[in-house]
Amino acid sequence: MGARDVAAAVRTGQRSAREVTEEALAAVAARDGETHAFLEVLADVARSRATAVDAAVAGGRDPGPLAGVPVALKDNLCTRGIPTTCGSRILDGWRPPYDATVVELLHAAGAVALGKTNMDEFAMGSSTENSAFGPTRNPRDREKVPGGSSGGSAAAVAAGFTPLGLGSDTGGSIRQPAALCGVVGMKPTYGRVSRYGLVAFASSLDQIGPFAATVGDAALLYDVLAQHDPCDTTSLRLDSPATLEVVEAGVDGVRVGLCPDLIEGCAPDVAARVYEAAEALAAAGAKVDEIRVPEFRYGLSAYYIIAPAEASSNLARYDGVRYGLRVDAEDAAAMNMATRTAGFGAEVKRRIMLGTYALSAGYYDAYYAQAQRVRTLVMQAFERAYTSVDVLLGATAPTTAFPLGDKVDDPMAMYMNDICTIPSNLAGHPAVSVPFGVGDDGLPVGVQVLAPALAERLLFQVAGAVEAAAPRTEWSA
Amino acid sequence: MTGPEEPGLRRSGPGQLSRDDVIHVANLARLTLSEAEVDLFTAQLRTVLDHAADVAALDLSHLPPTAHPLPVENVLRPDEPRPSLDRAEVLAAAPSVEDHRFRVPRIGGEAP
Repeated sequence: MGARDVAAAVRTGQRSAREVTEEALAAVAARDGETHAFLEVLADVARSRATAVDAAVAGGRDPGPLAGVPVALKDNLCTRGIPTTCGSRILDGWRPPYDATVVELLHAAGAVALGKTNMDEFAMGSSTENSAFGPTRNPRDREKVPGGSSGGSAAAVAAGFTPLGLGSDTGGSIRQPAALCGVVGMKPTYGRVSRYGLVAFASSLDQIGPFAATVGDAALLYDVLAQHDPCDTTSLRLDSPATLEVVEAGVDGVRVGLCPDLIEGCAPDVAARVYEAAEALAAAGAKVDEIRVPEFRYGLSAYYIIAPAEASSNLARYDGVRYGLRVDAEDAAAMNMATRTAGFGAEVKRRIMLGTYALSAGYYDAYYAQAQRVRTLVMQAFERAYTSVDVLLGATAPTTAFPLGDKVDDPMAMYMNDICTIPSNLAGHPAVSVPFGVGDDGLPVGVQVLAPALAERLLFQVAGAVEAAAPRTEWSA
Repeated sequence: MTGPEEPGLRRSGPGQLSRDDVIHVANLARLTLSEAEVDLFTAQLRTVLDHAADVAALDLSHLPPTAHPLPVENVLRPDEPRPSLDRAEVLAAAPSVEDHRFRVPRIGGEAP
């Protein structure tokens, strides 16, 4: 049952939120042992939230647009009094003293937070294998990764545990796992959704966004989240026009730029699905033209300087003083060092060192400043492309889901997963991955739609048309 | 910015990353590495930096650097008292506390 169906049933009293919650909890208890989407299931919190929703319905009060809908929260979203680990030993057992703004918005909308989901440590990774608490398995094939870093939330939606999930996307961490798990995953324009209470990885790139089984459900959740928040200084002071109403509007006359630079590095089966999606959009009335944006090829290298540089600064706060792990030592400096050495996993250490190196004297200009200029180059390339097309179309990830363990020892091979998703993060633009058929291995393929800053309505409109044209795929849970 | 006039590939960016660089950077980042980790990370970070060499070699001196996707401005609020995080709840998360303060081991001597 989708989010809109659940909310409609709960709002009209056909089903109780409590019943929906019990069903979801039972499904997780029965089946998450093999998937490991959740790090923590919030049974008591979920039940009391559902009871409150039911009381609102019984009392004739508006329970909100997400009434009784179970939602999976990535474990880098702060939840007051509830463990928030970021998939890291260094935050094991930490209970935040406040809720993230998105968590408050979900509650105000009547949603039921069902649990905290697994992730690559501090959102650094593309397979969820960098979690300190063990990997998540892809519900479509349990020998395969779910993608990452928001692999737990993608898997929770794909497994049917929750109709909705929240993730964060710094270089593709919502869209890539959505593609690999066969669900919809969307990254909003930078600043549309408050980052207050999102544990920072790379602050100029991070953005929270929705997972759902359908484009309409993703739009419903996005519409709840896209609000100005005075607690986030980068939150846009703009009204966000509702997107749900345009999901079925069609693409008649929309100019779609089929972008080979977001396809050519991909496996042939993935590329074939993107070309089929383009043909389907043309058949639905869109004006599809090929458009080259060769500057995108420099995005990956620039990202893997900029994101680690910002991370090296953001993660300096884990010093064993105010929260999280402490490994005692004779003085503060040694305690600091022992704590970080014991608390961080290998990928986090790699990125902290890479970022520290790129920011250090003698290398700053060659690496960091140069990467920032590439960021300008990519933004200007988007601007040029959007003078002749309204949206861009490409692949989300270069391949379908790959085997667990396949890329853990080869960081560069893992980083290549993000090659098609990174440009939108560098530019701060919105983008969405929509399932479109399967690869030669029978596993899901995601097609990516990219739109200019603030053009979420157009993005969801085109995404809706891609979904409407996609081959029907039935998955056994 | 110095660099070749034409975009192209160089063997590496500004010199190959050395083992000593990795040890130095780990120290700056307050991380201790075993000998085996120094070897592993040196090789892995070189691969990433080599991949960045094509970008390091581009002549982009005509472009301004972008630090942020939005034009970021200072955001101010009225300087009025308002509720903040609960002190007891915040301190409860700390590894060690004394008299409503964070307790740490002796601070002194040279930084590592």
